[in-house]
Amino acid sequence: MSIFIDKGTKLVVQGITGRDGSFHAKQMIEYGTNVVAGVTPGKGGQRFEGTVPIFNTVLDAVQATGANTSVIYVPPPFAADAIMEAAAAGVQLIVCITEGVPVLDMTKVYPFVKEKGVRLIGPNCPGLITPGASKVGIIPGRICTPGPVGVVSRSGTLTYEVVYQLTRAGIGQTTCVGIGGDPINGTNFIDCLAAFEKDPHTKAVAMMGEIGGTDEQEAAAFVQQHMTKPVVGFIAGQTAPPGRRMGHAGAIISGSAGTAAEKIEAFKAAGMGVAARPIDFVELIRARLQ
Amino acid sequence: MNLHEYQAKEILRGHGVHIPPGKVATTPAEAEAIAKEYGTAVMVKAQVHAGGRGKAGGVKFCKTPADAKEKATAILGMQIKGLTVEKVLVTVAADIGSEAYVGIIVDRATKKPVFMVSAAGGIDIEEVAAKTPEKILYVPVDPRYGLPNYDAMRMGFFLYEDVKLARGAAAIMQRLYAAFMASGCSLAEINPLVVTPAGELVAVDGKMVIDDNELDRLPAIAALRDESSEAPSEVDARKANLTFIKLDGNVGCVVNGAGLAMATMDLVKYYGGEPANFLDIGGSSNPEKVVNALRIITADPNVKAILFNIFGGITRTDDVANGIVTATKANPLKVPIVIRLTGTNEEIAMRILQENGFTASSDMDTAVQQAVALAKGGKAA
Repeated sequence: MSIFIDKGTKLVVQGITGRDGSFHAKQMIEYGTNVVAGVTPGKGGQRFEGTVPIFNTVLDAVQATGANTSVIYVPPPFAADAIMEAAAAGVQLIVCITEGVPVLDMTKVYPFVKEKGVRLIGPNCPGLITPGASKVGIIPGRICTPGPVGVVSRSGTLTYEVVYQLTRAGIGQTTCVGIGGDPINGTNFIDCLAAFEKDPHTKAVAMMGEIGGTDEQEAAAFVQQHMTKPVVGFIAGQTAPPGRRMGHAGAIISGSAGTAAEKIEAFKAAGMGVAARPIDFVELIRARLQ
Repeated sequence: MNLHEYQAKEILRGHGVHIPPGKVATTPAEAEAIAKEYGTAVMVKAQVHAGGRGKAGGVKFCKTPADAKEKATAILGMQIKGLTVEKVLVTVAADIGSEAYVGIIVDRATKKPVFMVSAAGGIDIEEVAAKTPEKILYVPVDPRYGLPNYDAMRMGFFLYEDVKLARGAAAIMQRLYAAFMASGCSLAEINPLVVTPAGELVAVDGKMVIDDNELDRLPAIAALRDESSEAPSEVDARKANLTFIKLDGNVGCVVNGAGLAMATMDLVKYYGGEPANFLDIGGSSNPEKVVNALRIITADPNVKAILFNIFGGITRTDDVANGIVTATKANPLKVPIVIRLTGTNEEIAMRILQENGFTASSDMDTAVQQAVALAKGGKAA
């Protein structure tokens, strides 16, 4: 079992003929993801790699193939519109990989997607993977292995680091979700924690947060009030100076708010395990699986 | 990207907000000439990207042009929070009756632009929020519909009992909102919004922070960037498409991905060292990026050891290895380097490095401990 994606995922790739889109479409197909369609305006009727049909619009793709999930690799100026197009076409899950989407665009897209009842993951995220079943996005498949741990993170390569350490230690994952590093994203920690709590195969959760905002504090409160499964947390950015954007648009300490120290305090207060280093996840998770 | 006060005011003026006349001076003589032109008392205000300018002595009231020259002499070249003042704004001093705060930010919790207004203006709004939260009114805006007049009026009446002033303030909120949206802001504020003894509403100070993701589609705003107010190494890095932030330590870090870059800095600290920088080479790793990263890091005389931490997903580790070899052939390193890489094309990368006399590990903790030891002048463990 898993959250959000599984063997039933039928994927349409928006921007399938672009540099990133084509590279990752191939990787996803290789991993075993059921890629049923691609979208590039003006290339409708062609085929990607001789097999996957390409459509001019997401609506055409959904109507012809029954795609239920979309992944977006279009450049930032067009990403907001691509998200709305997918939501309007009737897919249930949209994963936006694109980095650099203006936050004011997201203030308009977010309520649109919510009103359609569609789940959006990202933008500026690595996507998600259910090891052995389906991969939507860019997380390298070979570092993952099936198992009992749910992984949720605001970052890309830091997720890979932790998943890789878990896999090397023989601890597999149900689903790994990168929710993205932007200030406004479609899916937050709580959405993923709630889904992992419901998933019978997830026995423990590893959660990687970072400085900026209060998502991690709210997630900690959720863990305390609503979760029976153990959660281990980590916060990146303990050495970050205030007022500077640490790469991710959302990773910024504003005034005195959003520091690593207050987030770690919230984790401890909620009875969560706290990993001081990425490697510490291995022992903390192992202990909680026994 | 932060705008200077004079730039923010220019934008607000363009949207119809009443701003006292002002001009920028870079020399005391210019400040004197501007004050003479206005023929009235002026404020001389340091233009740097730092809060607390007034407390630092960077904002002064001047009765005469000679006074303006003298104050400008003191302020130009002064250091405020490590930044040198290169410019001052010379602006007509407003008579101040009352001071209010009007600001708008993109709020992460509601995922909307949210107004914050308070009659307790002129001071740090964070302080007001912490000590007397009841003195702030928060009004979220659905950007699909804009700021409705009834919400603007509600804020106007929260600030002023007098209907004329409430209407005037509501109009200013509409203009501030228009400026906020048109300029791609993540924050815009007027603090203080002043009522003069004559009953006029005047924006005496303005601040804008622009979402960096907007700059590509707003060239006029992007052109307002003041490179003289940034660390030269950060300007250099941005031109090379690297995300770089200079810090005070001695372990130079080159990492792919923002989260892993932060975690690497934290691990340096965990093992008793201090990171010299945050540097994210990003996802697609052509060797050129690595060459630029090494150039920027080795230009910092504080750096005593260099640490590479690369987890190859999209990033091909052989690209990174080639970059290291190219860069160090052109400019031999004067400080030790520790390389950790794993992931895509790891075997090829390791071979390239070995053939060129480098050693690399695939373990993050080992590499960080080695780099910390080397930066302290010791040997790699």
